Amino acid sequence: MLSFLSSLAGGALIGLSALRLLVLNGRIAGISGIVGGLFSAIDARLVTNAAFVIGLLLGPLLFLRMYGALPVVRIETSLPWLGIAGLFVGFGTRLGSGCTSGHGILGLARLSPRSMAAVAVFLSTAMATVYLMRVGGAA
Amino acid sequence: MIVLRTVAALICGALFSLGLSISGMLDPHRVRGFLDVTGAWDPSLIFVLAGGVIVATLGYRLSRLVPRPLLDRRFDLPTKTAIDAPLLLGSALFGIGWGIAGFCPGPAVASLTLGVGPTLLFVITMVAGMVAHDHLVRRLIPTGPMKGARP
Repeated sequence: MLSFLSSLAGGALIGLSALRLLVLNGRIAGISGIVGGLFSAIDARLVTNAAFVIGLLLGPLLFLRMYGALPVVRIETSLPWLGIAGLFVGFGTRLGSGCTSGHGILGLARLSPRSMAAVAVFLSTAMATVYLMRVGGAA
Repeated sequence: MIVLRTVAALICGALFSLGLSISGMLDPHRVRGFLDVTGAWDPSLIFVLAGGVIVATLGYRLSRLVPRPLLDRRFDLPTKTAIDAPLLLGSALFGIGWGIAGFCPGPAVASLTLGVGPTLLFVITMVAGMVAHDHLVRRLIPTGPMKGARP
């Protein structure tokens, strides 16, 4: 029960961050776009993108300050598979113009049909992948 | 203005990542548990999406009420509307990678602070994938906008 509440509260904070970035800077808080933007073109957004990414790195430390412990990160995927997964996530989010934040949070909030399609596709392929890996005993 | 925008972006990034940390999204074990609908399904992470979308909806409505963002000249919103092949193929590839690792871009970058070695590998190959995509697109579409494409 507690995990539901903390998930809801954490989600609301993510939404609040997205709200602030949109209302203050006029930007969509899409992580793949912001991270990818750091490596694709040198333009006016570079500084704010970099600042956002530095903020991302600070979040777990804020968590430490508030709760006295670091957030739990349990990686169950082997290194070779992690490397392959990174390639898929990087290439796929750029080709598909977004990830769980840009399409998932903001796209759905904007009622964008493109984002609804993207969320349906990445959720179902992710679920199918976890299923196949469990059945096949991979990773 | 650029200073204020930069500070705002920094605070938003930290808030976003604190939200990820509190919500459980940083933990690939829980993310994969959420995706494992036919196994020992852990549905709690659906509340991350719910909380995020509800508050972001308020933000989007708010942004419609003002002529321009408070710290910039204009809103920078996606303009494409067509559900096309790149969107679907890209999302499918992303989903496969997300399922394999339990990491999507935000949590992977945020976890770097925790000093988890495997996360670094994931982030490096993720950035490589992004760069590879951008180079490929630049080679396939050398000059000018594609027919039907919008800026």
